[in-house]
Amino acid sequence: MNLGVAWAKAWITSSADVMSEHRIELIDLDRNIGDGDHGENMDRGFQAVLAKLEAVPAEASPGDVLKMVATTLISTVGGAAGPLYGTAFLKASIAIAGATDLDGAALVRLLTAARDGIVLRGKAESGDKTMVDAWTPAVDAAGAAHAAGADDLAILQAAADAAEAGALATEPLVARKGRASYLGERAIGHRDPGAQSSALLLRAAADTAALV
Amino acid sequence: MKKLVNDPKNVVTEAVAGFGAAHADLVRVSTDPIYIVRTDAPVAGKVGIVSGGGSGHEPMHGGLVGPGMLDAAVPGAVFTSPTPDPILAATKAVDGGAGVLHIVKNYTGDVLNFETAADLAAADGVEVRSVLVNDDVAVKDSLYTAGRRGVAGTVLVEKIAGAAADRGDDLESVALVAERVIGQVRSMGVALTPCVVPHAGQPSFTLAEDEIEIGIGIHGEPGRERIKLEPADAIVDRLLGPILDDIPFVAGDKVLLFVNGMGGTPQVELYIVFRRAAEVLAERGIEVTRTLVGNFTTALEMQGMSITVLKLDDELTTLWDAPVQTAALRWGR
Repeated sequence: MNLGVAWAKAWITSSADVMSEHRIELIDLDRNIGDGDHGENMDRGFQAVLAKLEAVPAEASPGDVLKMVATTLISTVGGAAGPLYGTAFLKASIAIAGATDLDGAALVRLLTAARDGIVLRGKAESGDKTMVDAWTPAVDAAGAAHAAGADDLAILQAAADAAEAGALATEPLVARKGRASYLGERAIGHRDPGAQSSALLLRAAADTAALV
Repeated sequence: MKKLVNDPKNVVTEAVAGFGAAHADLVRVSTDPIYIVRTDAPVAGKVGIVSGGGSGHEPMHGGLVGPGMLDAAVPGAVFTSPTPDPILAATKAVDGGAGVLHIVKNYTGDVLNFETAADLAAADGVEVRSVLVNDDVAVKDSLYTAGRRGVAGTVLVEKIAGAAADRGDDLESVALVAERVIGQVRSMGVALTPCVVPHAGQPSFTLAEDEIEIGIGIHGEPGRERIKLEPADAIVDRLLGPILDDIPFVAGDKVLLFVNGMGGTPQVELYIVFRRAAEVLAERGIEVTRTLVGNFTTALEMQGMSITVLKLDDELTTLWDAPVQTAALRWGR
């Protein structure tokens, strides 16, 4: 079964819950190599998204939901994460504009556009110890799963697994973008908070696909 | 942690409301979205100047709003860049038809949010130029980082750009003056203690009783090197060396020497620092012709300070001396 607006809403609702649940964890990760506001900002942003989700009309498309997420995150999160996630959701919404049912190809388009949006805004490359290190493996894994004939759920699970592995793999890296880049070698051994929140979002996407 | 706060979520809104009430002669405050703007904005025909960034660095930037300096300041959450909406609203509020200059500190969040706001303002027909302040020499290798950070030198950029706008320069000229200051100003800081973000409730990093952090930024983010506490003069030498070698500053230069407190260091210590810094500059044949000492770019209650040196010429000196009337800087009017 293809995923539609019910999944998009469930994904975003679950993301808001996950950001609240992991608020302290993200703050702690960010305190280690940044300034300690990532969990607070993501929680504030997704609570604002949640408040607007009910007003999304029943006939809306998944792209409409993601576009609302984008504009809300841009205007509520602040820091670097607001424009980065905002651009990700905006590009994703454009990539699936008009579609009511998302097949595997559409999901790969969604994920690829989101990653490209983050790269466009933040200008980070793989290995810079940023959220790109979660997104690029996720996009690659989703593409490979789709090519191998996987269904929507399996594609999102592959993306979530790869994002989690990618977030974990930021731990030994020296950061070259964002505030952690000022630490040099001292960033080694700490996971990038943006990569971690990205992995949480993609896990929520897979978990809710299993439920709808 | 002991702080004079109510609900940590309301720190910025309550502080901005208080600031507006205390300085009603200079500013008015917009609460939704939050920004601080001079009472007579927009000033017809004058380039508007907007700056902003995370809260917790007061008096920067709200305390620098007023005739001769900023037209508006946009405070974000504590240590978090403001979002594009309030930046856009402030930009429109100060556009007197001559365009608006954004003065942005080089931190990833500030850069991305101001960029987005500038795009939106352009779409609404407001001409915007942006300058990026990156005076912090503690960041050595800009190629492999997000680049040098904008720290206390921002205050000097804002004062001088404000004076240029006040004398009637057009947008391009004001931006050029700001760029010239950015090219000639260098800073470096030290932290003796960390600071506590109200909603986090815990120090942003830990320092042992006898440790200090050299090359600290202004958000409580760790710097580059952690060493044992030394006498004030030795610490000043550690900061001034990289600053003076950077442009470099050489014998015969005239400079503005700025010793900035991080919020938790008493004035008496700032003057001990100033004394040594002036001594070192004199030894090198560098003439200190203008000075500034005090808490201007703070990091909440952090103990520590930064030293900023700006190479002056006749024009920049005249612009520095020009009248200014803000909550934190006031002379000549």
